[in-house]
Amino acid sequence: MAAVESARPQAAKLRWGELEEDDAGDLDFLLPPRVVEGPDENGIKKTTEYRFDEDGNKVKVTTTTRVRKLGKARVSKKAKERRNWAKFGDAVHEDVGSRLTMVSTEEILLERPRAPGTKEEPSVSEGLGPIQPGAVLMVCRTCGKKGDHWTSKCPYKDLAQPPETFVERPSTADAASAAPGGAGRSAYVPPSMRGGGERTGTEMSRRRNDENSVRVTNLSEDTREPDLLELFRTFGPVSRVYVAIDQKTGMSRGFGFVNFVHREDAERAINKLNGYGYDNLILRVEWATPRPN
Amino acid sequence: MRPILMKGHERPLTFLKYNREGDLLLSCAKDHTPTVWFADDGQRLGTYRGHNGAVWCCDVSHDSTRLVTGSADQSVKLWDVQTGTQLYSFNFNSPARSVDFSVGDKLVIITTDPFMGNPSTIQVKRIAEDPEDQTSDSVLTIKGPQGRINRAVWGPLNKTIISAGEDSIIRIWDSETGRLLKESDKESGHQKTISSLCMFTDKSHFLTGSADKSAKLWDTRSLTLLKTYQMDRPVNAVAISPLLDHVVIGGGQEAVNVTMTDRRAGKFEAKFYHKILQDEIGGVKGHFGPINALAFNPDGRSFSSGGEDGYVRLHHFDPDYFSIRM
Repeated sequence: MAAVESARPQAAKLRWGELEEDDAGDLDFLLPPRVVEGPDENGIKKTTEYRFDEDGNKVKVTTTTRVRKLGKARVSKKAKERRNWAKFGDAVHEDVGSRLTMVSTEEILLERPRAPGTKEEPSVSEGLGPIQPGAVLMVCRTCGKKGDHWTSKCPYKDLAQPPETFVERPSTADAASAAPGGAGRSAYVPPSMRGGGERTGTEMSRRRNDENSVRVTNLSEDTREPDLLELFRTFGPVSRVYVAIDQKTGMSRGFGFVNFVHREDAERAINKLNGYGYDNLILRVEWATPRPN
Repeated sequence: MRPILMKGHERPLTFLKYNREGDLLLSCAKDHTPTVWFADDGQRLGTYRGHNGAVWCCDVSHDSTRLVTGSADQSVKLWDVQTGTQLYSFNFNSPARSVDFSVGDKLVIITTDPFMGNPSTIQVKRIAEDPEDQTSDSVLTIKGPQGRINRAVWGPLNKTIISAGEDSIIRIWDSETGRLLKESDKESGHQKTISSLCMFTDKSHFLTGSADKSAKLWDTRSLTLLKTYQMDRPVNAVAISPLLDHVVIGGGQEAVNVTMTDRRAGKFEAKFYHKILQDEIGGVKGHFGPINALAFNPDGRSFSSGGEDGYVRLHHFDPDYFSIRM
């Protein structure tokens, strides 16, 4: 970063009448010397230098650089010598303020198409994860499983409980289901606990859903799950939405996933919404996994 | 990782090359001025001034003292790497497209484009130890009717020359007699122009990238097709990792879609594939335009990409890159 301040040329020290025209380059003696404040514990180095700009104003340029050790490199002797070569060609007049080479402000990752082996995002995992002290366990009556939303915010709320829509539950087929079902006729058994057949049903439906997973990127900071749900449900029933949120700032990290019930709906959503302007940003909507065919 | 962005070129990049020790990176672009950078921090060392046209390709000698560049201004120039002085200029009747030093740096392959009735040629020139003694004589000239040759490189031990170009066929020539030894199979080979070719470090296999949206890995001796990597866009640049079983492929966009680009920041990515399993490992985004050049550092710990946007992006891999499991 460079901060530039301008100061009026000092009148007292030098009489302009005594200056010759072509001494302009020699006025460097007027300038205070360059000061380098060495790398501190964070590796930040500040270089303050002075020069004259085109209008003859004295200008102070402060350049703050962070020296970061990238790692040890074993260099050959020749390579070390090359490090000390003089600059040539267009690089001869390169000064501290040159902005030719910059480290990217964005962290760029080698984005995997699918996390090797396991399911894609940690959010898709069944477990609730470690519970922080003081957190309230949010239980949704509709799906019963998720610990991240209350009933009114359940993404499943438009659907009948997911297991039931997909799997024709053999009513008495499973011996296991008979027990909890029969044991307390009057007791309410939540859908998630209604027998083994159910469990495989949900897993199957979940797996099928992941084939219909749509990744949405370039979301604005305050986009949340309900927004995505609102936007995507016009294409068809949505089984799950997820928006990646930075825990520290509470802002969206710019991407999210939407799981459709039907693949055709996902396809239509991709075609319609990719490039769609949403809350001042242009959305990018694509298949989350490599194009399922 | 935090890529280092180097904006030294005003026009699209055409080629990137690391020197053998991996401490210098040379970039060629359409702006007539090849540039040399330090490969660790991306600082610019210097530029080579003298060409009057787009510089398509370059190569650097084993000891990093000589640079050869091929340009659309119908010349191939020999430079001193350290000082930037031009040592010699070979002149032709058509734009020079590809250059490659032989092992030992005594010979150089130069290809020229078909132009004004002249067919494309592959020429081998001798490089003298002392630039004073340099002459323009060709040791060998191969004239081909095949259309533009985009890349021609030396085979193992300088015995053969491998060329690939617009007619999508890879040809292997004898480097002493100029006789055609092998041609790649039409059906299994590329179907559209081959834009790029990268040899593996020991030259036992090489990778070609084509506008038919695929890259193919070939065995050098038999010219059999080993692997195919599918992309969703025309391939402009390919590179093979010298360290791991990875290849990286970079591409452009269909000409049809040019007006539909919505210019989202940094959408163009370099895709990593597993060399043997052919599966996609991942992509590294960041370029604002199609990727035209890719190169791995010989130590395999970093790579750089050059794009249509004029930027060179130098990436040092994070530690977890080396422990990727498929």
